[in-house]
Amino acid sequence: MSYLAGKELRIVGFLCNWCSYGGADTAGVGRFKQPTDLRIIRVPCSGRVNPLFVVKALLNGADGVLVSGCHPRDCHYSDGNFYARRRLEMLKRLLPFLGIDERRFHYTWVSASEGARWKNVVTDFTKAIHELGPFHQKEEKTECS
Amino acid sequence: MRVGVFICHCGNNIAGTVEVAKVAEAARMMPGVAFATTYMYTCSEPGQEEIKEAIKREKLDRVVVAACSPRMHEVTFRRTVEKTGLNRYFFEMANIREHCSWIGEDKELNTNKAIEAIKLAVEKAKQNKPLFPAKFKINKRVLVIGGGVAGMQAALDCADGGLDVVLVEKSPSVGGMMARLDKTFPTVDCSICILGPKMVDVSQHEKINLYAYSEIEEIKGYVGNYQIKIRKKATYVDWSKCTGCGACIEKCPSRNAFDYFNFGVAPARAINIPFPQAIPKKAKIDAQFCRQFIKGKCGVCAKFCPVGAINYEMKDEIVTEDVGAIIVASGYGLIDLDKLPEYGGGRYPDVISGIQYERILNASGPTSGHIERPSDHAEPKTIVFVSCAGSRDKSIGIPYCSNFCCMYIAKQAILTKDHIPDSRSYVFYMDIRSPGKGYDEFTRRAQEEYGVQYIRGRVSRIYPKGKKMIVKGADTLLGTQVEIEADLVVLATAVTATTDARTLAEKLHISYDPHGFYVESHPKLRPVETNTSGVFLAGACQGPKDIPASVGQGSAAAAKVLSIFSKDTLESDPQIARVNTNICVGCRKCIGTCPFGAIEEQQLRDGRIIANVIETVCAGCGICNSTCPCGAIQLQHFTDNQLLAEVNALCLT
Repeated sequence: MSYLAGKELRIVGFLCNWCSYGGADTAGVGRFKQPTDLRIIRVPCSGRVNPLFVVKALLNGADGVLVSGCHPRDCHYSDGNFYARRRLEMLKRLLPFLGIDERRFHYTWVSASEGARWKNVVTDFTKAIHELGPFHQKEEKTECS
Repeated sequence: MRVGVFICHCGNNIAGTVEVAKVAEAARMMPGVAFATTYMYTCSEPGQEEIKEAIKREKLDRVVVAACSPRMHEVTFRRTVEKTGLNRYFFEMANIREHCSWIGEDKELNTNKAIEAIKLAVEKAKQNKPLFPAKFKINKRVLVIGGGVAGMQAALDCADGGLDVVLVEKSPSVGGMMARLDKTFPTVDCSICILGPKMVDVSQHEKINLYAYSEIEEIKGYVGNYQIKIRKKATYVDWSKCTGCGACIEKCPSRNAFDYFNFGVAPARAINIPFPQAIPKKAKIDAQFCRQFIKGKCGVCAKFCPVGAINYEMKDEIVTEDVGAIIVASGYGLIDLDKLPEYGGGRYPDVISGIQYERILNASGPTSGHIERPSDHAEPKTIVFVSCAGSRDKSIGIPYCSNFCCMYIAKQAILTKDHIPDSRSYVFYMDIRSPGKGYDEFTRRAQEEYGVQYIRGRVSRIYPKGKKMIVKGADTLLGTQVEIEADLVVLATAVTATTDARTLAEKLHISYDPHGFYVESHPKLRPVETNTSGVFLAGACQGPKDIPASVGQGSAAAAKVLSIFSKDTLESDPQIARVNTNICVGCRKCIGTCPFGAIEEQQLRDGRIIANVIETVCAGCGICNSTCPCGAIQLQHFTDNQLLAEVNALCLT
């Protein structure tokens, strides 16, 4: 069983438990309609996301990866999202060297109360990935490849 | 491995947009899944019984429930699983409601998404290891931040329950906003007469240790064992000697200090006691207005103090308190009049805020309860109240209702008529919101008994003409423009979070909404809890709230603290980092990144230095895990293998 070819692309999201996962819940409770492509993996903190998870996902078949944590200074574990920001920003710059369009990866901050914001994040990112098309069916053209 | 999958219909919440039977069929095909079924309400008692029976009957060793958010029911189902003798961490949850059925419109896509969510959970569950919590002792003392009515109620309830309470109040006296009010709606009770006894109780209770004029400097630790640093701000008056006689205030030559308590309605002295019923009733010097500090010479108060309490050399002092739980009752702020230029806020002295008018009405206020307008101290005969001054106004970033303005305007209009029988009051309103017990009767009374004229519409402009203020607005019920010549205009300014609310939240590791109000765990079912265990909310720091609601929350927060303190030990969360001593090379990177200082060096018998996690300090964020270059340190329940299993479940197939 896989994603529905032609209708969906494969988007993986890593969401921190305290803010963004809660924000996605809030969006659900508020019935903010979203595209269905995203599959969510819950992590305790965005600082738990090893950049290699993102790379692994993209190389193994994902068309896009989204990481979302608490807003800077609002981390449940005080500094986790600062570590995340530094690592993920580096990753973003590294992706073209791996032959991956950096627009396939996005990181952002959504708090548990921001249901409407979460809807926008998902909608915009899904739209961006659909514009890029499926990753593994064509040669990605990046500046470095 | 035998995984059982239980798919919840949640009535129509899930089954309405997800074909649950199809999902169950697909789940049965997944490798490792021995059993899959659907149920109407899995969280109900029979639903949980079904899980327990299936575990025994099918000899299941992993359980996946596909239902609502794990933030909602993970704890519930972990308990269910544990009752059958399985380790509670052999349970996983797939969120097919909030993240699937409620947000997707296409049934086919939703069904497919639900299947994948289950596949992810099954793969994770197969990797799960048994984990066992440790027990630790708790410190049965509680910190209450804020000495307003909510904080005092919480402190008194905790203290009456036998707990030691540390109460920290930022201003020089407890009482908060309620102490500033003249009367309270809808009973027109005298505010300080009902609050005063509570303030006295707080100061006299042997279990309550009050730090007035103090702020929270630093918070460390976790539920059961917090270390708090409190900054006692310098008052320049030795409070152990000060008797509150007021001799210093009478003689103080600096008479133009800003009066924080009265919101600047009248000037104060540089050395002052905020109000007659202040607790503690001790003087303090506002250094930015004091001649001794500005010019380097004066010393009048020191000369006249009969007990020699004045000490210009005093410095801030940091004290440390250890507590086990924290109640946050830091209250609210009000939008500045300057932010409302269309009403002339901040420019015209006779346009004032509701709280300023409250001080003018108050018998212990600067005018001794005689209503006079600020510009020429004349008695106003025509008074216009403007509700929603800033509230429900997206253009200035305050889309919410400030909750209690409609009610206090009605109260102030009634009191105005009582004070000045030949006065006329007008209220511009958007809607009259009076949903509390006895509230609607009260606003009706203002209109019918006291003749207050309510005009439905907004004010467009306020400007001076001679000694009058011209209020231009619309009456949307009559469809006409109105213009009123007023002597005094009172704006019901919007309630905001306090200016330092965000800083305090960051110290507490609790979250706040875009307006700075603190976020509760669940808006309906966990209204006073936060997502940080051991930290509770009370009063308007969580959102605009009137007195009964704040008092109720204060008591609720106290009850929550008493309930966690009814045990002597708490169970620690075993989802913490653990070091594989065989792999760790002792690079110490994790020690540097841990935000909690939970990792220390440890020397093995063979002399090798490796990392060691202090179990009670680790909060389980996993930052060390993604820092470790060799994967030696692993966050239990969220190990690399577990997360990669989820990634692979999604991507490789």
